[in-house]
Amino acid sequence: MHGPADTNGFMAEVMAAAPDGERLRTCLQCGTCGGSCPSGPDMDHTPRQIFAMINAGMRDEVFHSNTPWYCVSCYYCTVRCPKEIPITELMYALKRMAVQQGVYDDSKAPDFSKTFMGWVEDYGRSFELGLMGQHMIRHNPFGAFKIADMAVGLVTKGRMAFAPTRIKGMDGLKRILAKAKQLEAQS
Amino acid sequence: MKYGYFPGCSLEKNAAAYDVSTKAIAGPLGLEFVEVEDWNCCGATEYMSLNLTAAYSLIARNLAQASKTPGTDQLVAPCSLCYLNLRKCDKNLGLHADLSGRVAKALAEAGLSYKPGTLHARHLLDVVYHDIGPEALAAKVTRPLSGLRVAPYYGCLLVRPEFHNGGDDPEYPTSLDKILTALGAEVVDYPLKAQCCGGHMTQISEATGFELIRRLIKGADDYHADVIVTICPMCQLNLDGFQGAMNRHFNTSYHIPVLYFTQAIGLAMGMAPRDLGIGDEIVSARAALSKIGHEVEAVPEAAPRKKKDDKSLPMPGRRAGG
Repeated sequence: MHGPADTNGFMAEVMAAAPDGERLRTCLQCGTCGGSCPSGPDMDHTPRQIFAMINAGMRDEVFHSNTPWYCVSCYYCTVRCPKEIPITELMYALKRMAVQQGVYDDSKAPDFSKTFMGWVEDYGRSFELGLMGQHMIRHNPFGAFKIADMAVGLVTKGRMAFAPTRIKGMDGLKRILAKAKQLEAQS
Repeated sequence: MKYGYFPGCSLEKNAAAYDVSTKAIAGPLGLEFVEVEDWNCCGATEYMSLNLTAAYSLIARNLAQASKTPGTDQLVAPCSLCYLNLRKCDKNLGLHADLSGRVAKALAEAGLSYKPGTLHARHLLDVVYHDIGPEALAAKVTRPLSGLRVAPYYGCLLVRPEFHNGGDDPEYPTSLDKILTALGAEVVDYPLKAQCCGGHMTQISEATGFELIRRLIKGADDYHADVIVTICPMCQLNLDGFQGAMNRHFNTSYHIPVLYFTQAIGLAMGMAPRDLGIGDEIVSARAALSKIGHEVEAVPEAAPRKKKDDKSLPMPGRRAGG
């Protein structure tokens, strides 16, 4: 589903990538989203600015902004938006587009998602120790020292699994996800 | 009443205390939980960032598995992320035919199917508040939490609307407040109760993540809360597990234990702390609970590392002794 003639190609692409994403066309530029955002101060652009940039067809600038990656997915903007724009889902859509097109500046957040899901795609369940280990080695090798007490605490209190749990229906899940990815690529 | 039970990955290990305490209070409250057969990870906040169809298919496999649970159309998740994903998936599959068509084809690869709207995915807090209620809970209280100052912390994902919002207000929820009041606790009017804990931000941008944790801990401390009570394993891990790292980042010395609401309910019903997984928290709740006469066994804690050049006299922690 694409928008009317007054919508640029990039905006149409973004709107089509999120459920109910076409509501983006109704954005008032009121700024309630940015004012509500808990990580707004650390974003390159507030959500309102990002939406104005999308409306202006500024594809490169949007993908080189850290904004979608600093979205903590708390839905505060979504519940407050007077036009009921699914802002959080649009941030997810921007992340998906960036990952699928391979355009982002900082690979930390995309890599975190990929590492997290790598374990799930292989075992059916998440695996914190594997995730943290892989992520820290790649992106924050000295970070382990900062959270050493937490890691020791989690281990001594039995809160850390040393091996992932594998679900019984793993073969079926692999077929499901392979098919889903194939359909996503075609959609 | 019977429910399908979706524990989610966190409750397997890291938040085992939440699972243990949920199961401990379920029987006495008349809740029958049947675990969903061979459930998988819901994808948390990660899969949605990579692939829409795969993310929805991963969640939909859980809905398909859960719909096999005989004798109930209720599905309860104690984790706010799992709850949100299950609810969102069910809703959006019902509204978006193209998406649900793709997901149905993917599920069919494993001989599974799910008809949107079949199940009612609900958060555990919603079930305890609406299906049991504060009055019935109060009637079960044998050891009221009198004198314990509690900051009720809902986090973000349960109360935001659009996907049902647990039947509470998206910005100023009160269900947990009323439950804790029914348990006899002194409930703090915690202004940040529905603010985000930062989710995975400690791993993406430390400064951002620690600041979100700091303001929540500071908020509870400003109101002299003895303990924060939460309903989400991600919130618990951030506020409890990362509290030490946050303190070092800001050079602060907060000590606010973070318990699950099911642990608070169990304590008020006279259950022993250890049977509720109390002692698993990184920031010990011992001092806070001794205030109300609960003796928690000492669990060895990781000794705080002392800086090499630290010549200061050994001093007790700021809130040590509660």
